[in-house]
Amino acid sequence: MKVKYFAWVRERIGKAEETVEPPASVRTVDDLIAWLAGRGETYAYAFETPRVIRAAIDHAHVKPDTMIAGAREIAFFPPMTGG
Amino acid sequence: MTAAVTIRIQQADFDVAQEIAALTKARTDVGAVVSFSGICRGSEGDEPIAALTLEHYPGMAEAEIARHAETAMSRWPLTGLTVIHRVGRIVPGENIVLVVTASQHRQAAFEAAEFLMDYLKANAPFWKREEKPAGTSWVDARDHDDAAAARWTRS
Repeated sequence: MKVKYFAWVRERIGKAEETVEPPASVRTVDDLIAWLAGRGETYAYAFETPRVIRAAIDHAHVKPDTMIAGAREIAFFPPMTGG
Repeated sequence: MTAAVTIRIQQADFDVAQEIAALTKARTDVGAVVSFSGICRGSEGDEPIAALTLEHYPGMAEAEIARHAETAMSRWPLTGLTVIHRVGRIVPGENIVLVVTASQHRQAAFEAAEFLMDYLKANAPFWKREEKPAGTSWVDARDHDDAAAARWTRS
């Protein structure tokens, strides 16, 4: 699946998007955050406070316990500050 | 006549008068137009701000605004609405965002414009970065923006 990062999540990880293949045990958005956080220092820094991270699956907001099966694109970003 | 919905995300500035005129042009059923412009301030508290840079999530930003526009159209008897959000670097005094709502009567136009702005602030995937004397930093989300959006949720 494609994963996208925005704002300071993108800056901390050092990339805007990538394709990842998490193991089958990674079932929810929360699981994916924990798995990504284990991929290295930059990821651990980006996801150091999971509760502030917002997620979207295929362009729609989702909650941390949402299942990721079937997702084409998952995005992680900080709380939004537009308007 | 059908209701006109316009949603644009762009780097360029917009002309408020032109956008208002577009919602009333060639129709006689519009009795009220409300417009809200969000403008870049030159300071935050005591700290001067040289510029803001707006980042967005292409695709989702349009989809999220469209969802809110659809909700507004179904909740209020609007004849049209326009939402324009700028991205990129914006200096103090420049426009950031525009919401225009048109209706036969003022109450629907006022309420829908406020609803759209509250939802945009809390849910549309845009992020602001400020340029201050000490350096640049991402703007923190405000809890009261979430509270403002939540008050529109029907229980």
